[in-house]
Formats: sequence, C-alpha cells, structure tokens
Amino acid sequence: MTASPLTPPEGTAAPTRAAAFGRAPVGASGGSAGGASVELTGWGWRHATRSAWALRGLDLRIEPGERVLLLGASGAGKSTLMHALAGVLGGPDEGDSEGRLLIDGVEPEGARGRAGLVLQDPDSQVVLARVGDDVAFGCENLGLPRDEIWRRVADALDAVGLDVPLRHPTSELSGGQKQRLALAGVLAMRPGLLLLDEPTANLDPEGVIEVRDAVARVLAGSDATLIVIEHRVDVWWKLVDRVIVLSPGGGVLADGRPDEVLAREGTALAASGIWVPGHAPEAPTRTRVSGRELVRTEGLAVGRRPGVVLRSGIDLRIDAGRCLAITGPNGTGKSTTGLTLAGLIRPAAGTVDASGIADGLGAAPLSWKSRELVTRIGMVFQDPEHQFVAGTVRDELAVGAHAIGLDAVESARRIDALLERLRLGSLANANPFTLSGGEKRRLSVATVLVTRPRLLVLDEPTFGQDARTWRELVAFLAELLDAGSGVVAVTHDTRLVEVLADDELLLEPRS
Amino acid sequence: MQNTLITTKAPFQRINYRWRVVDIVVASVLGVAAALIFFGWNQLYAPVTAPFEALLPGSQALFYGVWLFAGVLGGLVIRKPGAALYTEVVAATVSALLGAKWGGFFTIEAGLVQGLGAELVFLVFLYSSWKLGVAILAGAGAGLAMAINDLVLWYPGADTAFQAIYTVSAIISGAVIAGLGSWLIVRALAKTGVLSRFASGRDQTARA
Amino acid sequence: MSVLTPEAGPQAIYRVNPVAKLGATAIISIALVLSIDWVSAAVALAFESLLFLFAGLSLRRFALRTLPVTIAAFFSAVTILLYGRPSGQSYLQFLLINVSDGSIELAIATLLRVLAIGLPAVVLFVTVDPTDLADGLAQVLRLPSRFVLGALGGLRLVGLFIDDWKSLELARRARGMADRGRLRRFAGQAFALLVLSIRRGSKLATAMEARGFGASNRRSWARESRFGAAEVALLAIGALVAVVSVTVSVATGNWNFIAGG
Repeated sequence: MTASPLTPPEGTAAPTRAAAFGRAPVGASGGSAGGASVELTGWGWRHATRSAWALRGLDLRIEPGERVLLLGASGAGKSTLMHALAGVLGGPDEGDSEGRLLIDGVEPEGARGRAGLVLQDPDSQVVLARVGDDVAFGCENLGLPRDEIWRRVADALDAVGLDVPLRHPTSELSGGQKQRLALAGVLAMRPGLLLLDEPTANLDPEGVIEVRDAVARVLAGSDATLIVIEHRVDVWWKLVDRVIVLSPGGGVLADGRPDEVLAREGTALAASGIWVPGHAPEAPTRTRVSGRELVRTEGLAVGRRPGVVLRSGIDLRIDAGRCLAITGPNGTGKSTTGLTLAGLIRPAAGTVDASGIADGLGAAPLSWKSRELVTRIGMVFQDPEHQFVAGTVRDELAVGAHAIGLDAVESARRIDALLERLRLGSLANANPFTLSGGEKRRLSVATVLVTRPRLLVLDEPTFGQDARTWRELVAFLAELLDAGSGVVAVTHDTRLVEVLADDELLLEPRS
Repeated sequence: MQNTLITTKAPFQRINYRWRVVDIVVASVLGVAAALIFFGWNQLYAPVTAPFEALLPGSQALFYGVWLFAGVLGGLVIRKPGAALYTEVVAATVSALLGAKWGGFFTIEAGLVQGLGAELVFLVFLYSSWKLGVAILAGAGAGLAMAINDLVLWYPGADTAFQAIYTVSAIISGAVIAGLGSWLIVRALAKTGVLSRFASGRDQTARA
Repeated sequence: MSVLTPEAGPQAIYRVNPVAKLGATAIISIALVLSIDWVSAAVALAFESLLFLFAGLSLRRFALRTLPVTIAAFFSAVTILLYGRPSGQSYLQFLLINVSDGSIELAIATLLRVLAIGLPAVVLFVTVDPTDLADGLAQVLRLPSRFVLGALGGLRLVGLFIDDWKSLELARRARGMADRGRLRRFAGQAFALLVLSIRRGSKLATAMEARGFGASNRRSWARESRFGAAEVALLAIGALVAVVSVTVSVATGNWNFIAGG
C-alpha cells in the first residue's frame, strides 16, 4: 500500500509535547495575531537570467489558518512563489514582476516578520554556531528585548521537540535536527504564515518523520497559515486541507481538497515526477543472471580516520549480474563500506579481494592506480557535484575517456552513446553546475560509465530524487545488471532495495 | 501579556550601490576562502621565494600577489563601492585568526592597505568598468600599496636597490596574480551559474 | 573546524571581550613597529613571556600555534642580515649580499620585533570565539551589524568546506585523475570548493533575509557584549608593556625611529 519509500507507518501520532507538559503551545497566548491571508492578482515573475516567465497570471487567495500543499512539475515556479511570499525574491535588478501579491493586505517586503520561510538544504540555513543563538537570530532582527528573546527561544525549541542545550554546537546536529532548528528559528518570530520549501527533500527517512512530526506539533497549537512544497505527497497528506497545483510558466492548474485534486490530477502529477500515493513508479523487469565473482571481502573492518573503526567483520561477495544493497541507519558505516569496496579508502583491517576484476593487477583495489581503477570499479558519490571537474557536460564525459587514453574516435562514440541513453544530449554544452538535480544525477552516472567498469558502487543514488528520475535510474541499473555488471548500492531507500537488490547487507547499529 | 505583532519595514532599494545581504555574505565567503588560501600559502611560500631572494633581493615579492587577490576578486564579483576593501579586510582578519605571521593587528592593517589599493582603482573607474584592464590595474594598485606598507613597516633597514626591486616585483605580481588571476576566476565562476544573483554572473550567461 | 576552533578553558583570559584583546595587541604592535631596535623588542618580549604563563595554553599548543610566526621571524631576520643597510665593518660581500655590523644588529632587532609583535597576537587571538568577536565589534565598536553578522555567517561556512575537501579528493581518484598533475588537481578542487561555498553562501543569505536580517542596522542583541574592568585591565597591561619598552629603549639611546634616517 505504501507508494513512496518514505511513507511512515500507519497510525503515527503527532504528540503535542507542549500540551503534555501542561504548558501552553506556541501561538495560543501572546502569539501572533492569527494566521495571515495571502492574495495574488495576476501575479507573475521572471528571473533576470531567463527569458521565460516562471509564473504568469496567477490568481490565488488563501485564507488565514488554511493548510496548503503546493504541487507542480519541476520548474513550475513553486519555489519562486514561496520566496516572493517571504519577501526575499530580490529587487528590480534581479527580475521583473507583474500583478499584485499581498500578505494581510501588505506587500511582503514591508512585513518581513509575518512570513517565515524554511528552505530545503539543512546546512545552508544555520546562521550561528550555537543552537540558542541561532534560534534567537530572528528575534534579534525584530528588535525584541533580551528576556523576551530567550523566552521565545525556549518555547520554539520546545515546540519542535529539539531537546539540546542552548550552547550545543549547530555543526553537530543531524540533518533532521538542523531542519527543526531552522523551523524553531522561524517560529520564534511568531509568523502568521509558515512557508516550507521542500523541507524534507535532503533528509533520510528518520529525519523526514522528525520534521513532519515537529510541524504537526506546531500546527496543533497554532492557527498560522501553512504553505508547504514537497514532491513526496504522502508525508504531508494528513496535515493539509487544500492542494494547489501550478503549471509551468502559467497559473493555477488545479485547486481543491486533497482527495479531489489527486483523483483528477494524480496520474499527470505522477508522470511529472511527484510521489503520489497510489501511483508508485513501476518496477522494471529483470532477467536475473548470475555471473562469476567480482569482489569478495574477508573480515573487513572500515573506518574513515586511521585508528577509528566504524564497522568490522564484514564478509561479503559481489557477483556479476547481481545487486548488493548496503542498508542501515545513519552512522553505521554504510558510505564508508562503499568507499572501501571501491578502493578509495584504506580498510582498517581485513581484505578487499577484487581478483575477479583485477585483470593482472594486485587483488586489493586500493593498490591500483587511479587510471586502472576507473575501468574496473566505478564510484558514484552521494553529492554529484563533488565529482564535477569540467566546464561542460561533454567535457565531463571526456575526462574519463582521456584518463584511460582512448583515441578520439572511440571516445566520441562512447560519449555520444551515453549522452543519448541518459537523455543528456541537449545539455552537452551546458556547465554541469547549472543542471537540475535529476540531470546532475544522470550525469554523474554517465561519467562513471564512459570507462565501462565491471562493478558499479553507488552512494545513495535515489536520494532526494523525484519519481521520474527514480524510475529512469532504476530501469537503467536493471539494464546494466542484465548486461553483466555488478552493482553495490548504499541506500536508505526501501523501495529501491525491494525492486533491485538480490542481496542485502544490513548494518545494525552496535549496542 | 501584550499581544504584539512585530514586523520590520524594509526600505525599498532605489540606489544600486546599497549592499544586499547576499552581497555581504558572498563577499565574506570569498574573503574566508581567500584566507584559507593565504593560510596554505603562508606555510608554503618560504622555500619557493628563498631562491629568488638569494639571487635578486626584493624579487621575492613576485610571489606576494597571492595575498592580494581577495580584494580584486571581491570587487569584480560584488561590483559595489567598498567590495574590494571589505573582502581583503575579511580575508586578512580570518587569516589573523588562523595565526598569520605579522600578528593579528598588522595582518589586518596590511589587508586594509592592500584592499584600499585595489579599491581606489575601482573608484577611479567610477565602479562602472569591470573589464580585464581594470582588473589588472586594480591588482597593480594593491601591489603598490603592499610594497609601500611592507617597506615602511617591515624593511625599514633595507637599501634602495632592495626597495626598488621589491616595489616593481610587487606591482607585477599584483597585476598578474591578483589582477589577471581574479578576472579569470570570476569568468569561470560565472559560467557555473553560481553568480546568477550578481551582475558579474549575468554578463556571462545570456538569457537562456 | 580544527584550525578555526578557538581554544576553550576556565582561565580569565577566555572571558575577556575580544575587542579588548584586539585593542591590547594594537597598542603593543603600534608602539613596537615605530622603531627597529633590539632593546624595545627584547623588553616587550620579556614582559610578554611572563604574561604568557597566564594565557591558558599548554606548551605544546603554544609551540604549534606560534610556529608560523617563529618561522616568519627567522626568515625576515635572515633577509635583513643579508641585504640590510650596511654600516660598520663588513664581513661578507657577494653580489648584492652585504653582511655588516649594521645589518647584523638590524637583523637581531627584526627577529625580536616580529616575535614581540606576533606572539601575543597569536596567543590572544587563539582564544577568541568568532561569535563573541562579532558581538563585540557590533556592540562595543558600533560597526554596522549587517556587515559584521554577514561576515560571521560566511565564516561559519568554513567548517563545512573542510568536510567537502576530503570528498573532492576521493572523487578525483574515482574519476581517474589522481595519478598526475598534483598542482592542477589542487587548483581544480579549490575551484570546486569555491563554487559550492558561494552557492551555500547565497542560500544562507536568503535564509538570513527571510528571518528579517538586512532590513536595517537597528536590532537588539541576545548576548550582551560587556566592556568592563577585566577589559580595561587588559588594555592597561598592553599599554604598560608598550610604554616600558619604549621608555627603556629611549633611555638607553637605542631608539631608532623607522621614518628617520
């Protein structure tokens, strides 16, 4: 019944922690003067760097206290609208606007404390080094007196359930905690309009639940208006009472109660990449073949720093045509294991025996030169941007070809084939950093395949991806497996494991 | 308990010269990144410059342009009055926090003087020209300022030949490493699209 | 954040307002830089060595953090030794090198001077917490809060840089690029880091703006930056070191003003 990999188990209640301790929840007394209303009349915006309008002719009215889920295909201008509501879209030198946008009848720039915006990237919203200071930041900007500030800080941290000392370093928080910190920082300002721009997109399943529960808790005790953008519908399904779908470059496509809108637009939305309940992306068909052994490990122990062992006693075997999934909670050494298998990090103990693909070299991948490594094991990193080294997409692919000394003809042949297969042809001359999330992921996979490695190691390949990219990636990996490659996927994604994995290594947290 | 609704009124930006928050933060990021490069260069430069110093005393300044690029880079990216000065001062301050060689106060003072050197050039061009020639001149300006500062404060016992060679080397180094170098860096940055909120980024990327 | 993390400890020095530390080092630095003679520098250095005992740094940490200054002092002294203004008997002459009585004296003075100016700065700065410094600059010195806090935000991003650097290195090995061209790879990695940092900085700016930052310079402060007795005491100590060093130097006739002769 679960449509997305991250649907929480049924019956997860959102406890009102504040109420449990007998204190008034945020907003009930001495809070903001109720939710804010939003009104747009023929509103549109065009970024200075684009020729097409992000949004145009948008007519919308949101009443105080409504809880709205904003959907739409990528590029449909949802983020633009949120930034505009928060008053941070930038002045006339950053774009052109038309029409009218009002919050409580006032322009957003003139009412900055009224709307609170939480963004997608946990690391880019932390302003100060200590938790208490970071939450107090917004209040300081509003010019509140010192004791009022610290009172609100305590309330806000309580409301989101972040139970850490005020002097706790913000750099030591997990992703979910950082997002809750951002939410607390916004709540301390007592906004009437809560804007959440894909708040759980960059979080692991645990973090997603944390943030969702925190928001639910906040909403239970306040009458603020909520607008949330997310491409995972089921996470916010039960919290919203209205769904609005925007169309790219235009206005409102659909608007109404959640079940109505999804019944009408469900299929179209799923096709454009939204994770819609009941419209799960289909699993690809596979002819499961098993080939010879590629890599085996014996008593492998892994760690990032010399002397620190994250995990020990790993014994596994990866065969051609089979997919191994490495799963487990955060901090148990999944990524480290992946990197060690790929010959990038030294094992803390034990051996990685890659004689199956060594082809004349030593058994340990760590001993291979970089040029030798790329034709045997390909590693796709969690953040595609870490792998970008060139100025255009085509040059990115050429780097691998150049590293192994392919001649121009063969090089061009392979590159063109990959550009075609991964639908990057139209982007061949674009700078890799300007690509969208899904395109970057496809590019990072393409760069690894130019050198035709026998084994592919992927670190969280479906992290933060929409349904369409997910479908494509999984189908592509299935193809590679059928063609005889081995695949190791380090992942949180339970659906990926279901669909693709032949073997699974579950790293339990040590007690 | 008062039920107060607190909001802030932001003045609408009419003058282009007012610094936005993104200007301040990105200039600071550039400054901090430059400070890291300064830190690395601080550890490495001595053996590189020693042979030059031995052969032609004062020519070690040919490598000192590395400490000047923060200001020129900041000016070219942010394109607002005070950008060069601010970025170089931030770089110097962070560098001082990391334990730079001249001690906190004079590291910052040097940054101030060097930043001014670049800033004055941008001012002469009325903050409206950001072409390669201006960048090179700004780097040269910073180099000259650095030479004057160092010779007065740290090499007052040196002879005239040394002072002359030092000054010329500093100007060349500033022009090439800080001027041309920064200009190339900005061009490469603009292509990646990260400068889309700045005029320096939009010059490169046409309307797509 | 190892390089940027300030030391922490119970000694009084850690609680003193960073602005006072800035002031004290400024006073000493300016006084000492005005003359290039070994007496003022030596007296100051002796005084400071005594005070370092109260600095709250272990010997090992002290040596580690002051190493760049010590190396720089050595190199500066050698430069002056070889190319300083000649006077008195000459011991070695080769091309432009001229080691003479005068240059030896100036070299010693330079060595002591760089140490006397640099060491206290390092010791004091190593105990400064960036957030406290920002609070001090904005509240005590009344620098515009937009710039001070914007700079602090940018500084915080540095901690994230260091994590990314390792990933970037591993990625280059994974791409087949790690065998040759070390310098080129370094430059490429540095550039990638710069791109990622600017992007994060832009997002941080939006987040700060969304929380009301940047509208005006008038804001309240959650943490109070106090400038009281301890701070004045530190400034007084700095002034004392400066005054005594200069006085002794002038009294013994060694004062050598840099702008004169």
